[in-house]
Amino acid sequence: MGEYVIKLPDVGEGVAEAELVEWHVKVGDLVREDTVLAAVMTDKATVEIPSPSDGEVIWLGAEVGDRVPIGSPVVRLKIAGEGNVTESEEPRPAAGKAEPEATPERTKAASKPVGIPTTRAIAAPAAVPRPEGEKPIASPAVRQRAREAGIDLRQVSGSGPAGRITHEDIDVFLTRAPQTARAGLVRKTLVEDIKIAGLRRRIAEKMSLSKSRIPHITYVEEVDVTTLEELRGSLNKDKRTDRPRLTLLPFLMRAMVKAIDEQPQLNAIFDDEAGTVHQHGAVHIGIATQTRNGLMVPVVKHAEARDLWDCAAEVNRLAEAAREGTAMREELFGSTITITSLGAMGGVATTPVINHPEVAIIGVNKMMIRPLWDGTNFVPRKVMNLSSSFDHRVIDGWDAAVFVQRIKALLETPALIFVDG
Amino acid sequence: MKEISCKLLVIGAGPGGYVCAIRAGQLGIDTAIVEAGKLGGTCLNVGCIPSKAIIHAAEEYESVARFAAAKNPFGITAGAPSLDFRQTLEWKDGIVSRLNSGVAGLLKKAKVKTVPGWATFRDGKTVAVETETGTQLIRAETVVIATGSAPVELPFLKFGDTVISSTDALALDEVPARLAVVGGGYIGLELGIAFAKLGSKVTVVEALPRILASYDAELTRPVAKRLGELGIVAMTGAKAKGLSAKGDALLVEDSAGNDHKIPADKVLVTVGRRPVTEGWGLEEIDLTMAGPFIHIDDQCRTSMRGVYAIGDVTGEPMLAHRAMAQGEMVAEIVAGHKRAWDKRCIPAICFTDPEVVSVGQSPDEAKSTNPEIKVGLFPFQANGRAMTKADEDGFIRVVARADNHVVLGVQAVGKGVSELSTAFGLAIEMGARLEDVAGTIHAHPTQGEGFQEAALKALGHALHI
Repeated sequence: MGEYVIKLPDVGEGVAEAELVEWHVKVGDLVREDTVLAAVMTDKATVEIPSPSDGEVIWLGAEVGDRVPIGSPVVRLKIAGEGNVTESEEPRPAAGKAEPEATPERTKAASKPVGIPTTRAIAAPAAVPRPEGEKPIASPAVRQRAREAGIDLRQVSGSGPAGRITHEDIDVFLTRAPQTARAGLVRKTLVEDIKIAGLRRRIAEKMSLSKSRIPHITYVEEVDVTTLEELRGSLNKDKRTDRPRLTLLPFLMRAMVKAIDEQPQLNAIFDDEAGTVHQHGAVHIGIATQTRNGLMVPVVKHAEARDLWDCAAEVNRLAEAAREGTAMREELFGSTITITSLGAMGGVATTPVINHPEVAIIGVNKMMIRPLWDGTNFVPRKVMNLSSSFDHRVIDGWDAAVFVQRIKALLETPALIFVDG
Repeated sequence: MKEISCKLLVIGAGPGGYVCAIRAGQLGIDTAIVEAGKLGGTCLNVGCIPSKAIIHAAEEYESVARFAAAKNPFGITAGAPSLDFRQTLEWKDGIVSRLNSGVAGLLKKAKVKTVPGWATFRDGKTVAVETETGTQLIRAETVVIATGSAPVELPFLKFGDTVISSTDALALDEVPARLAVVGGGYIGLELGIAFAKLGSKVTVVEALPRILASYDAELTRPVAKRLGELGIVAMTGAKAKGLSAKGDALLVEDSAGNDHKIPADKVLVTVGRRPVTEGWGLEEIDLTMAGPFIHIDDQCRTSMRGVYAIGDVTGEPMLAHRAMAQGEMVAEIVAGHKRAWDKRCIPAICFTDPEVVSVGQSPDEAKSTNPEIKVGLFPFQANGRAMTKADEDGFIRVVARADNHVVLGVQAVGKGVSELSTAFGLAIEMGARLEDVAGTIHAHPTQGEGFQEAALKALGHALHI
């Protein structure tokens, strides 16, 4: 077995150095004679460096982007036959065993005035492999920089004396990382810690409160909104210019007000510590709204006292205010029941989380055209699901079902919404 | 009840707490700090600083006494010194109060709100502070516990007029004629030596077989030798039993089981310090403990989210500079920086005569974790500067791994070696090898040259020995 040093060949054009642009091999690769090892670029051309022999790559002498002087070693191979490493270049066993190549190469490097491929490349073979479990050696500044960059120093090889990790080693590690990523699939070990703060934190607290305190029951029902959609279309077509465009929401709000007339226990605040349900006469409907920062729930106050147009206008105004961040504090509090809708993203069914300490939330799913059996034929109908959750401590499944069925009946025959009594 | 809220609340303004608060203030964190006593904690008021003042005054007094006795090689003679100990204390108190107001100024500059009073946890986010003007409630997102430590009291030697703690010893109005010291650790020896120099007849009673038992015998031998020269009797392997019936002597059982009566005007008990974990509502927040200390992880986090602990209350070594480093780190963690405890060493110093420094691993500690080590020891007898100071006792000792020569520990004993701890600590934190220390020019003539020579010695080619 011998060691074969491949030096950067004279690539012509009378240049003294060339830039290493690509490695085709890495340490540990087995190569055949004429396997391309690397590509270097001069001012004019890219030249590939072939392997002169079969063997195993045991050392790479430069990083991509380094300018390498002609004649300096770039690759070391372990080969079957005798190598080309002469006696004088062979590390003397007695001296400097940690840095076997330091002496001869430094001399060489010093004679080249420009483009030395930096001591980093020369020092690389001196890096002592760190035994498993051993603490990496690094100065406090290097340790802090690594921590801030999310680098685990155990993954970094140290080029300094005794394997000490230097700032240059961190540089190399950072520039190498994306390169290996390009080469194929790599494991990612970085964990980024994101502080949960502000609105996000309040949402997190509210959600855990709701889910940990309230035993939810969720009920999903299909609603045929074909008639409602026709009504809505014609109302929008002939609407007065001072009136807002109607969405489904105001119809649902009015339907809920009607259903609550019959089942007031659904419009309530449950103070579980006091063991009291506060059943509200006023219907304050929270409208879950997605904003840039996260979920907010502006509240349409006294929906029972607002007509269809008024509900629509108020929803528009509040949603706008929430998104703009101009909603007043009192506009974001005090709901007694909540509607959640993801619009076009509404899906088939959801499991809404109750807006604690309320007892019911009505979720609107996406409207779509589905074939319905009318007794003789399948007919295309506009259908939408309602997914609604209830606090099962105070609302029985039966009452929940009756409530949703009432809303369904009102939406399917929208004229009933406008009939008093 | 008044109520304020802040982002970060620090409980205790000792070196850990006030550094944490200052750093947090610098980072723009809305910070409050609560302190029942004076700013600066044990270190500044009844520890590091005042004891060093007394030790220095004692040194000065003792050298004049030696001149008076013509016991010096310089040919100096002088009249017998006299001591106005009250003035010594006034000078010491002046230093302490200058530093007190210094800390106050730094906190103010960092826009930290200082609340004087005793803090008690209501829950993990709320603390009630008993102030002079009533109870103040403080709500904080993050709380740092920095309550420190207090001297341990022995049940059979309760602190009082005769039996005193290190805190009392720094406020005596006169130098006791006879002083018995129970506990031959660094605090007892520092104060015992100082009072011996000021004229006290000092006896040190230590239960373990030798003084400064947490350091190795080689390192502490020069101190033991100096005790004899100063006329201090060190009874090792001996147990203090209590005060005599008259209260004018300490009863001691020696290693052979014989009883002794040691006449003493004061009995200084320095058998260690205990973390302050009572009286501030630890029971309200039920933190995981590590023995008598609060358990922390490598970011000083306790078992409760948003509650950190730093300093003596978190364990050994109970040293101001450890607390300061923890405090700084916690402030930066609270500010969202990525930090964790990754220090390689915490230097320890005994301001005895001669001084003892230990940084990193001792030879025995190094042997237990490394297959092979190298040790280089350079004695001050071979150091020119030590000769010119007429104090050649002691040495510098370097401990390194045999395979890669990385320095694992440095110890020294000798006059003034405390100042060398900075170089030792830097070498270890930087991951220096013996060659790095040996290859650094150390200015001549200094005692610090001994560090370079010790490294050369470990490499097998010391020049001056």
